[in-house]
Amino acid sequence: MIRFRIVKRQPLSGWAKVAIPIGAIVVTLMLSAIPILFAGGHLWKSYFYLFYGALGTRYNLLETFVKASPLVLTGLAVAFAFRAKFWNIGAEGQLLAGALTATVLGVHLSAIPPALVLPTIIIAGFLAGGIWASIPALLKTKLKVDDVVSTLLLNYVMIHIMGALLFGPLQQPGSSWPRSSAIIEAACYPILLIRSRFHLGILISFLAVWIIWFINKKTIFGYQSKAVGINIRAAHFGGINTTSVILWTALISGGLAGLAGVGELCALQYRLIMDISPGYGYSGIVIAMLGNLHPVGVLFSSLFFSVIIVGAQTMSRMTGVPTYIAEVIQGMALMVMLIFLLFTEYKIRVMRR
Amino acid sequence: MANKDQPIVRMSSITKRFLDITANKNVSFDLYSGEICALLGENGAGKTTLMNILFGYYTRDEGAIFIKGEKADLSAPKDAISRGVGMIHQHFALVPSQTVLENIIVGMDCGKGIFLDLKSARQEVLALQKRFGLEIDPAAKVWTLSMGEQQKVEILKALYRDVDILIMDEPTAVLAPAETADLFHTLRSLVGEGRSIVLISHKLNEVMEISDRIVVLRNGQVVAERKTAETSTRELANLMVGRELLENIEKNELPAGEPVLEIKGLNALNDKNLPVLKNLDLIVRQNEIVGMAGISGNGQRELSEVLFGMRSPADGCIEISGKPLKSGSPTAAIKADMGRIPEDRIDTGLLMDLSVEENLILETHSSADFQKYGLLKSQRIQRFSEELIEKYRIMTAGRDAVTKSLSGGNLQKVMLARELARKPALIIASQPTRGLDVGAMAYIHQRLLQERERGAGILLISEDLDEIFALSDRIIVIFEGQIMGQASVATASREQIGLWMSGVKA
Amino acid sequence: MIGEIINIAFISGLIGATMRMATPIIFATLGEILAERAGVLNLGIEGIMLMGAMTGFLFTFSSGSIWLGVFAAACVGMLLGLLMALLSVHLGLSQHVSGLGITLFATGLAMFIYRLHFGSPTVPPIIEPFKQVALPLLSKIPLIGSALFKQYSLTYIAWLLVPAMSILLYKTKIGLKIRTVGENPVVADTVGVNVTLTRTLCLVAGGAFMGIGGAFLTLAHQNMFLIDVIGGRGWVAIAMVIFGNWDPVKGTIGALIFGFLDGLQLRLQSVGLVIPFHVFLMVPYLLTIVALIGVSRRATVPASLLKPYRREEKGG
Repeated sequence: MIRFRIVKRQPLSGWAKVAIPIGAIVVTLMLSAIPILFAGGHLWKSYFYLFYGALGTRYNLLETFVKASPLVLTGLAVAFAFRAKFWNIGAEGQLLAGALTATVLGVHLSAIPPALVLPTIIIAGFLAGGIWASIPALLKTKLKVDDVVSTLLLNYVMIHIMGALLFGPLQQPGSSWPRSSAIIEAACYPILLIRSRFHLGILISFLAVWIIWFINKKTIFGYQSKAVGINIRAAHFGGINTTSVILWTALISGGLAGLAGVGELCALQYRLIMDISPGYGYSGIVIAMLGNLHPVGVLFSSLFFSVIIVGAQTMSRMTGVPTYIAEVIQGMALMVMLIFLLFTEYKIRVMRR
Repeated sequence: MANKDQPIVRMSSITKRFLDITANKNVSFDLYSGEICALLGENGAGKTTLMNILFGYYTRDEGAIFIKGEKADLSAPKDAISRGVGMIHQHFALVPSQTVLENIIVGMDCGKGIFLDLKSARQEVLALQKRFGLEIDPAAKVWTLSMGEQQKVEILKALYRDVDILIMDEPTAVLAPAETADLFHTLRSLVGEGRSIVLISHKLNEVMEISDRIVVLRNGQVVAERKTAETSTRELANLMVGRELLENIEKNELPAGEPVLEIKGLNALNDKNLPVLKNLDLIVRQNEIVGMAGISGNGQRELSEVLFGMRSPADGCIEISGKPLKSGSPTAAIKADMGRIPEDRIDTGLLMDLSVEENLILETHSSADFQKYGLLKSQRIQRFSEELIEKYRIMTAGRDAVTKSLSGGNLQKVMLARELARKPALIIASQPTRGLDVGAMAYIHQRLLQERERGAGILLISEDLDEIFALSDRIIVIFEGQIMGQASVATASREQIGLWMSGVKA
Repeated sequence: MIGEIINIAFISGLIGATMRMATPIIFATLGEILAERAGVLNLGIEGIMLMGAMTGFLFTFSSGSIWLGVFAAACVGMLLGLLMALLSVHLGLSQHVSGLGITLFATGLAMFIYRLHFGSPTVPPIIEPFKQVALPLLSKIPLIGSALFKQYSLTYIAWLLVPAMSILLYKTKIGLKIRTVGENPVVADTVGVNVTLTRTLCLVAGGAFMGIGGAFLTLAHQNMFLIDVIGGRGWVAIAMVIFGNWDPVKGTIGALIFGFLDGLQLRLQSVGLVIPFHVFLMVPYLLTIVALIGVSRRATVPASLLKPYRREEKGG
């Protein structure tokens, strides 16, 4: 009888760290053939339109960056939190907190000098997301409440806060739909390239990648949050203030997600609607894992997902495969990546008896 | 008596490899029915691995196993159990939150259909208890029992399954001398009924006392086999270690200086909120090693946790070099110039997935030496870690090597390097050589003595009486959270210490 | 308005609604308890429930048989539970991430298949849902009879499952094995219990419950499938497991409380309370968090929860 056993292996060399995510992406794309074929789509035509839709024209390519921007931020948010083992599943709610704050300020800040409006909104949106994330962090550190559950539940609380406001005080006067008034001109992110939607927020997200990389690698806070994530007991033993580390991690993580919300509002929608986020906060989780919790990895996997999401729209139009294939591919990518990561540390041993 | 014709267990040419170590090299081992065979060797010799293979917990890479004459495949403990092999590990395989009865019957087919029949199981267990003198309340929850009692539960578990080949891994490690005598009595009645026992141990005196035959392992290979009656502790020690007896510890006479640690009236609760330290008093002085002897579970762990700042005491006063120590704060302990070596280095003291360098700076990373405006001074840190690796001769691929790739002895060296680099006034060393091979042990002993010369005061908490006697200037004994007695090493007798360890006030 | 609340019809309606709204959560909570008692946190629950809801709806729509829909939902739940077992037990991947991956994958898959089969019609397709069944005699009890004993069949099944699971866990040999695996898999392994198999079976069976719980929402509670039909109830179940200290009966009490709040919220709206609709929707989630704060300190988590079990970790 043949048995399989999972046993430890020799650690792989450095090049493997790059090859693994790439391999996962390739395998995922191959596996996507299954749902495509199941949907009756022509395989090569579908792949073609998937990539053409994302990269084929100037507009499409820039649109891919537009779609990547919130993903980079939520991906960073989740990666930064997971690194310290703060299981922030609440990026979606933190994003909405940022969007909500941006709306309130964006609609009403006409009194202050226009040049100050955007910086104010950005900072406020960051803080709003950060505060929304600090609540579960406090619950975890002071009251031992499980962070997975609390961050998740707060997502729903925030959705309903948004709903209550959009059907109430924030609702556009005269409208019967749950939408806010439009934000003022000064609150809109400038578009940086003509004939596209390529906006300031995209640069902000790239900057965020660099900043998070810097924090992780060069600062003592980065060292401390890594230590807390690896072994909180030993970190405590070594004199690290683990409560403070987790709270600051939550603040930064939530803040990044909040920035994603600000971006969606001030660059794309210009007003708050219920569907402002099609699940970017949850996608951030997949992106963070696919990027192995590393900022540069997050950047590349966000781009990968963005290609899938943008391309799926075109593919859907041309081949009839439902756009939800993007979510299916996301889920598959995560599982494939997990399995690949496993094989960096373990291998299968076949035993014959 | 032992049946010399056919071994009841034959393991031939067993080889077992882990990642980069070969734990067992071509080992052959026989066991005869009705005997107690000791498997002797120092830590890391491969004894536990070999027996785990017999128990089916590990699978062999090469070789064959025969149990009661039949070839045995053994891919899981289930197979071994069905052939009558049972193993009691060093860390008991019991579920603390469940009752004695539940622990004994789990996995057994007792009762009607799918339902548990606790009543008849209870009767059976009580009968077994009476037969072997292992009385324990079946309804008691395991976490309330002492180590000795828990061991009895483990034995009952094996008996309930009709085990005729029983393997015990370092069974006396957690027992008081009186409980050890109890255990040996039980073992003798077990073999009297024709069972066979393998006793894994590194304690020469006990092996001489209880076994019929001894097999010595060293570095994964069998080096000798002796009838107990035909050998001596000296010969065994030689065989175990491969050279003439153990380390030669030389200690100068040094007058003890000012107190570096003063504990008065310390009271603390354990994890179950029961009192574990009761009005404890203690003094450690400069140039002095105070050895705290005691069976594990008498408050040593909690005492070290209080000193480390990992546990807040209920009451009492602790002064380091004359200044009161703020409780419940590891930072305060570090600032108070305390070198801390916790008893479980992997879970508490080290960040195994980080690099050696990152572990070395754990306590000092925020000092002005290693950071400025929140940014790490990587060059300074690099120099620091390279110096320490060299000074302490830590065997590692480099300062960037991931810490979990290091051997036990080198892990402890990383810990020592980190703690001693600051030249602390007080050192708390809790079970510092547990699980290490003789070479690593000797190194750590040397280091501690050097620190003593330098002027540090050391509190050495250890279950190893040899170590305590070799290193200490003064010996104190802890029992149930209190100091039973103390004596200078010159005047202390092992008998006296043993009595105190068992709670007998002289 | 107070008079409208404190009257028989209102209270009776509320009790009935509590039972109804609690049903999917009871199924989900029991399924999760089974998994967590064996030591595995199954965060795929929300996705499994959605796939169960979609599959149940799809099969009922296509075949006309509502029980076939329930059966299909259970099967899909088992398959996803098996997938979770493969990832987190057999391969030993992080339970947090495996579970979330399954939720994301299953969510996408559910929407994908639904869209493929039904397209995007202006009027959503509907099915003939479960009818409430009045238990003879019991439903004639004044006051509570019509509330408690006129429920959907699935609700009655849920009630039976609660004591069944208690008996399973505490009074059977299998239950002891499961609990031992969840507390200390080494112990279980050394007495010959197959840890991997036990965890897998618990995940598979738990998945079936979760699938049925999801199907309740499209086959009884409503009669159509919407993307947000689960609405976070899977996560609520996770919270209820903690709230109930991993005990089936206590977890069900938590589910009933949530069902009560859910039902209350609907009813207070219809009575015309002038508080925004969305504030009501928020309340159950907030109170769940508050409940967790209350119990987290004293929680007795199964000791091996979240730790994958591998035998040959260390050397010598």
